[in-house]
Amino acid sequence: MQKALTIDPGKCTGCKQCEMACSYVNEGEFNVSKSRIRVFDFHEEARFVPYTCTQCDEAWCQQACPVNAITTNEMGVKVVHDNLCVGCKVCTIACPFGTVNYNASTGKVIKCDLCGGDPACAAACPTDAITFQDVEQGGFDKMRQWAARTTAGTEPSGPNAPA
Amino acid sequence: MGWTGKILRINLSTGTIATEALNMDWADKYLGQRGLASKYLVEEVDPRADPLGPDNKMIMATGPLTGTCASTGGRYSIITKGPLTGAIACSNSGGYFGAELKFAGWDMVIFEGQSPKPVYVTIFDGDVQIRDASGYWGKTVWDTDKGIKAAHQDPQIRVAAIGVAGENEILYACVVNDLHRAAGRSGVGAVMGSKNLKAVAVRGTGGVKVRDFKTFMDATNAGKKVLKENAVTGEGLPAYGTQVLMNVINETGALPTRNGQDVQFESANDISAEAMATPRRSDGKPNLLTNQACFGCTIACGRISKIDETHFTIQNKPEYWHASGGLEYEAAWALGSATGINDLEALTYVNFICNEQAIDPISFGATVGAAMELYETGVIDDAVTGGIKLNFGSAEALVACVEATGKAEGFGKELGLGSKRLTEKYGKPELSMTVKGQEFPAYDPRGIQGMGLTYATSNRGACHLRSYTVSSEILGIPEKTDPLTTDGKAGLVKAFQDATAAVDSSGLCVFTTFAWTLEDIAPQVDAACEGNWTVDKMLEAGERIWNMERMFNNNAGFTAEDDNLPKRLLKDAAKTGPAKGLVAGLDKMLPEYYELRGWTPDGVPTSETVARLAL
Amino acid sequence: MYHVILGAGPAGVTAAETIRKHAPDAEITLIGGEGEPPYSRMAIPYLLEGKIGEDGTHLRQEDGHYETLGIAYRHGPVISVDTGARSVTCADGSTLGFDTLLIATGATPIRPPIEGLDSPGVHTCWTLEDARRITEHAQKGEPVVLVGAGFIGCIILESLAKMGVDLTVVERGDRMVPRMLDETAGNMLRHWCEGQDVRVITEAEVDAIRSGDRAALAVHLKDGQTLPAALVVIATGVRSNIGFLDGSGIETGAGVKVDPYHETNVPGIYAAGDVAEGINLSTGHNDMLAIQPVAVEHAYIAALNMCGIATEHRGSLNMNVLDTLGLISSSFGTWEGVEGGDRAVLTDEAAGRYIRLEFEGDRLIGAQTVGLTDHVGMLRGLIQTGLPLGAWKNKLIDSPTRIAEAYVAVMQQGPVSGYTGPKVALPA
Repeated sequence: MQKALTIDPGKCTGCKQCEMACSYVNEGEFNVSKSRIRVFDFHEEARFVPYTCTQCDEAWCQQACPVNAITTNEMGVKVVHDNLCVGCKVCTIACPFGTVNYNASTGKVIKCDLCGGDPACAAACPTDAITFQDVEQGGFDKMRQWAARTTAGTEPSGPNAPA
Repeated sequence: MGWTGKILRINLSTGTIATEALNMDWADKYLGQRGLASKYLVEEVDPRADPLGPDNKMIMATGPLTGTCASTGGRYSIITKGPLTGAIACSNSGGYFGAELKFAGWDMVIFEGQSPKPVYVTIFDGDVQIRDASGYWGKTVWDTDKGIKAAHQDPQIRVAAIGVAGENEILYACVVNDLHRAAGRSGVGAVMGSKNLKAVAVRGTGGVKVRDFKTFMDATNAGKKVLKENAVTGEGLPAYGTQVLMNVINETGALPTRNGQDVQFESANDISAEAMATPRRSDGKPNLLTNQACFGCTIACGRISKIDETHFTIQNKPEYWHASGGLEYEAAWALGSATGINDLEALTYVNFICNEQAIDPISFGATVGAAMELYETGVIDDAVTGGIKLNFGSAEALVACVEATGKAEGFGKELGLGSKRLTEKYGKPELSMTVKGQEFPAYDPRGIQGMGLTYATSNRGACHLRSYTVSSEILGIPEKTDPLTTDGKAGLVKAFQDATAAVDSSGLCVFTTFAWTLEDIAPQVDAACEGNWTVDKMLEAGERIWNMERMFNNNAGFTAEDDNLPKRLLKDAAKTGPAKGLVAGLDKMLPEYYELRGWTPDGVPTSETVARLAL
Repeated sequence: MYHVILGAGPAGVTAAETIRKHAPDAEITLIGGEGEPPYSRMAIPYLLEGKIGEDGTHLRQEDGHYETLGIAYRHGPVISVDTGARSVTCADGSTLGFDTLLIATGATPIRPPIEGLDSPGVHTCWTLEDARRITEHAQKGEPVVLVGAGFIGCIILESLAKMGVDLTVVERGDRMVPRMLDETAGNMLRHWCEGQDVRVITEAEVDAIRSGDRAALAVHLKDGQTLPAALVVIATGVRSNIGFLDGSGIETGAGVKVDPYHETNVPGIYAAGDVAEGINLSTGHNDMLAIQPVAVEHAYIAALNMCGIATEHRGSLNMNVLDTLGLISSSFGTWEGVEGGDRAVLTDEAAGRYIRLEFEGDRLIGAQTVGLTDHVGMLRGLIQTGLPLGAWKNKLIDSPTRIAEAYVAVMQQGPVSGYTGPKVALPA
């Protein structure tokens, strides 16, 4: 059974521990500006929303890559291969969720890869706003629906969209 | 590591910006933030300097754990000579600003001189500029925050700013960052205003490294576990905020009420955490919407509230029909209990205005309480108040006062003097609930004796956060002591003062100490920084910091006579509750305290003490 | 079923893989036009600057990828299609029958009518073979003239500059990338390039390329200027590879005409990618959108239909991203805006930042950016979904940089009001 990040914004307090854990694991330092997950603060609505890649089925980033530098691993995770990435950035505009970002210091793109199966953000979240759980469970469906909204205008147009 | 090793020095008189290396010898003795910046201040500012003159400096300082994943590791402090007290001031704030400053690459920023015209400073990583603030002068913190983010087109900029109060040197003006987190006490906002510095805007995209990541992750994870499993930090504070204390302290008979005339407030429950979470009769919605964490905080005690849109305070002001920082215990006490007001929505509105105009709600509420007593005893009248019917319990009066004080208009200017100067002006200094000119907060020393010594000896004037013996005396942390006795309190206060000084120098929030001792903290600091930071070394640093602050104050002209409490607390016994019949027993604690500190009976550190602490 | 796919670029390869996924037993032949493994033209600039080797340009990296999938790969090119006999003929004279056919033959650089275009040292930059020849000529410090500063020209510009040549760009339009960026953004790119010692000459046309005295070649412009060049690279646009369809009965315009199922006027014959006139999401009309993500979308839709899974395409979004010597720009959809629509603009040339958002009502319909890299794909998301922005439209007009916040806010609506924090035990 595949597991996925499940995000419940209602539980988020905006502490950014997820961003720090992410940047530590991926960049070797505490640097929230390089985190693959970002907490959005809707202050006037008393709402914090952690946001990252949903590892969507459509795999817009993967299909847009001209050099096969993004592949899907056995856990369904879309992984960027740094040795192949040429930094063309087409995936950054192709991903309609905006979760692939260009890192000018390396000349490659970065995205969430679930830390290879043990996502540091979920482990660091003190309130269970971010959990890593079986895809069948409720939260993932919500994310699926959310993802579906993004494709609503053109479906089915993603290369792996369910036929 | 931990430290970035770089500080910024900005002279606002000359407009020069310099960078320099952090003095690592000092860092080894004073750690960071409160201690380290105080060392810079003590070395660079004449203790007798006018706090609002060009010779005073204002330092914004982070600690070595600021910007790390240590729980609550997002703090910064503002260190300066305070205008409300004339003593050294150190006001600590959370939010996200401190971490952002660290990410921008700076341990601290030293502001010197006075700008000839209103300016704000932008620190975008290494790009530091002094900019014209004429477009923001006269604006609130909230409008300034919005304006700066729009002007620089970056919603992720973090802003620390003063409101109109600080521009006009309201003596307890504070500095508010991230809209509702405040470096709240001692009038640091007035200092910023005196420098014509409206705001500091920071954006940092760099990283923070620690000495030993592996050990650091283990130590911080262990610390987080302790916080999560502790009843106060794991359950009480997230759910109730600091407001968890309102009913507790009231029942203890230590809730100063109506300018300290009473020690219990009959309407405490109406302004408590429980009241905030209860659906309102008017619209069926609770005042409290959610809790919020500051940067890196796994406790998340912050309150986010929304005022009833039909409430008289905002029914015609849609600009306040949104969520913002709600009542913390101190604010709820000062705005409600000290004034005898039980209207939760009104208190929330007044708290919004305190945030928006950057005034310290503790000193403001306590000053209004004193003014209400002046009014009710006929010392001042409508001619003085500008028509405000300043009776205890009047939410309308409080609202009028906060609007006037925030804008430094009319009677608000008098309120902006603080209760010491206000009551002196009208010949009733005994009605001022202050120590060293600063209003004491939400714990009545008659009911919690240790707090009497805490207030009397606090280096920044009356303050609960210099040695929060409430932990021990009421909550039993780390061990229970009797709040009604003075026995052993001198040692308790000293231990809390030294430990707190170390915590305040690390980048952490003092609320962690509901669960953490230095045994939990030292390993986190040590993994982050060079210097072999043991519990003993941290305690020694804390004691060194405390004595350094004391010596600055002594050199500024303070004496043992200033280690005192308002007469009301010493003479008028508590009327109700567990402490009924008791006064604050300061005289029983103070000599012992001096002795434990290694000070002379006049409150001066002996040469042995100075030498022992390598001061 | 026997599926034949003409063209081994991203569209052809994606179509072959998609057919295999949905039709495990089908027979599939993929015919490439060049004697190379399927590769990506988009990767050529990175090959030029040495970031990758030739194998880094290959569309699929695993050994035996096509064999494993049972996709027969052979070289063409195909020179004609017989719609009646349902067969294609290759250059070597061999013929292949098909049940369904996908035309994914891409495009070829336009060769402008310039004297001396066939001189040695004058190249387009389109194929791996071109790349090999450019690498030969583009020595460090040598003068190079790049003709055309459109999207492809600008990508080549980046790699030529990185190769260290003494570069001059000649563009017929009034600015760089005129079909992707407006005047403000185009000029920002120009100033940026000039700041990095790349000469940019706009509103100029090449008259002739002759042998030169200061270098092997001399590029003569119509205004009389002469530019020395060791190498001239031509990037003046592309046209669809449809010549081989002449007389086949397959309807063509600028490209192959297709219906929303990507089928041509001849049943069972489909087209995808740069050669196809697919639907432009922004206009609803058929259009040439010669970019990789669109090629892949076309191929996916066409392949499903070729397998008998009826799938209608509602259109692709035009978009581009460009890195010009470190200045990153992007454009999406109807970036030029529509009459009566509102606009949000942020211009900060000193900081290398520009954002222009175009709205129709309270929906985002187009955008262009310079200097924005974080969450930039959200612009696609907002345009593609057409979700109403509500109050966020005005917030974006005030602060166009709040795109990410607007996106998350619009996508993730808040909960019903009420307390959402940890449980508070209330007095009974």
